Amino acid sequence: MSEALLTLTDVRAVLHSRHQSQSLLNGVSFSIAKGEALGLVGESGSGKSLTTRAVTRMLDPAFEVSGSISFDGAEVLSMGPAELRNYRSRDIGMIFQDPRAHVNPVHTVGDFLTEELVRNRGLAREEVEQRAITLLDEVGVRYPERRLTQYPHELSGGMLQRVMIASVLLAEPRLILADEPTTALDVTAQSDVMAILDEQRRARGLSLLFITHDLELAAACCERLAVMYAGEIVEQGAHVYESPRHPYTIELLGARPSIDQRLERLPVLQYNRDIHEQLKAEA
Amino acid sequence: MTLSIKPPVKTVKRAAVELRQPGVLQKGYERLGLVGTAAAAVLLVIVLAAVSAPVLAPYDPDFPDLLAALGGPTAEHPLGTDALGRDILSRLMWGARVTLAGPGLVILLSTVVGTALALVAAWCGGRVDTVISWVLDILFAVPGIVFALISVAIWGPSLLTVVAGLAVAYVPYVARVVRGAALRERNLPYVSAAWLQGQSGVGITFTQILPNVQPIVIAQAVSSLGFAVIDLASVSFLGLGVQPPTADLGLMVKSGFDSVLRGHPGEAISAGVLIILIVWCVTVIGDRLTSTARSMR
Repeated sequence: MSEALLTLTDVRAVLHSRHQSQSLLNGVSFSIAKGEALGLVGESGSGKSLTTRAVTRMLDPAFEVSGSISFDGAEVLSMGPAELRNYRSRDIGMIFQDPRAHVNPVHTVGDFLTEELVRNRGLAREEVEQRAITLLDEVGVRYPERRLTQYPHELSGGMLQRVMIASVLLAEPRLILADEPTTALDVTAQSDVMAILDEQRRARGLSLLFITHDLELAAACCERLAVMYAGEIVEQGAHVYESPRHPYTIELLGARPSIDQRLERLPVLQYNRDIHEQLKAEA
Repeated sequence: MTLSIKPPVKTVKRAAVELRQPGVLQKGYERLGLVGTAAAAVLLVIVLAAVSAPVLAPYDPDFPDLLAALGGPTAEHPLGTDALGRDILSRLMWGARVTLAGPGLVILLSTVVGTALALVAAWCGGRVDTVISWVLDILFAVPGIVFALISVAIWGPSLLTVVAGLAVAYVPYVARVVRGAALRERNLPYVSAAWLQGQSGVGITFTQILPNVQPIVIAQAVSSLGFAVIDLASVSFLGLGVQPPTADLGLMVKSGFDSVLRGHPGEAISAGVLIILIVWCVTVIGDRLTSTARSMR
């Protein structure tokens, strides 16, 4: 395998409140190679989003994070403010579940795309705008010139998510974090957006950390999968989708409804925290 | 019987795609409503009359004509003359300049300072927020007039000292409202998205949060303007603000007060009515702007 870009080693996050401490990430370890896509799957509350927030250092200060997150040799958890800004703006790019909430409603799409690069990287506005137009075209936004002067509320959700992807690509990061980028979109927009993200990522040789509930989608566009349960990665690798080994993954994959047979009741996972603890104790 | 099926007459009208941007007037009307627009029009007339006083005023506002003192409305003096025979209409026009410029300055200063404090408090949070909020609460406890009086006691009576005192008194009103709005904005996802783009805290505050709280800032500023007009006029009425012979509406109410007892209420009433009119206009506009700003959230 080629060189690792992002490596998480035994990352733990403990939430301290006044009366109790709760451990929400219990030793997460994985790595993403340069140009590789890793799909992080798991049920709600398993710690997927928490993991991306740890990687972006966007966790609330109430969390105590330990372990090591290394990005291309640099330790993310010990970065100073200037380094952190640099890392956030140049090394990583994030695509969110709800694009509408993540753009400022008072700025035009053009401002949203170009402002950061013009102000903080000192690039010429015309040049950035030209690149933005090219990129919008590549991600399938029609009439890209006109979009630049429009406001977010004038665009549909799918369109706005493409704008988000363009904004991330514009900053030329090395790792894209996509936190359920298609969950808020309808099915056709989903497949379009995913296809574009996948195509652009491969064309540019970027790494991707893809977070989703959708196992098939993750399997289709990621080289490897990592399955999370209760703040831990229970199983990871290229084999997960075809031949799962961990009981939770087996059950999870078995619970998918099939289009061929009609079920009276959908299967319910039997796996729970007790079984989980027991398995860990046995191992 | 032949059944003739007529194809439905198609009247496909091309919808005229009009991408006309609403003009300033239309936008203003949408925001202010009928009453608000009327208030804005009245205020505009007053402001224009005040601004063009040097050109339009029929007489020198300070020129006394003792022979014509305490005259009622005549063709030469449409609103009559005061105890020193000065033309009341001219004095109203000149006085409105002071009465509008003074509070305008108060609001300008307090809005800039108050907004800055509020944004710092909202962004930094924690101890900075606590300290700023404390200071604001203390300022809140003291009535505006008292600040004006303190300022007068230190630097002597004049328009500028009163303006300085009132500006301090109005800071917490702006700051409290803006801080609340900024706190709400600060926790919205677009702020974390900007953070993740690598923007700085200062940059996010000014380019992301400020434009979103700006309608609230303006609405609050206009609403406070009405109170500032009254406060400043009151201080002038007490003889601690604008000094005679400069024309000022508050001062005119005071000097006209003596004439009322002598049976000539013209000066006090006309100045009083003009103050009320200005305050009413400003308050109505402020209220409309406030409810529009709220409904945009």
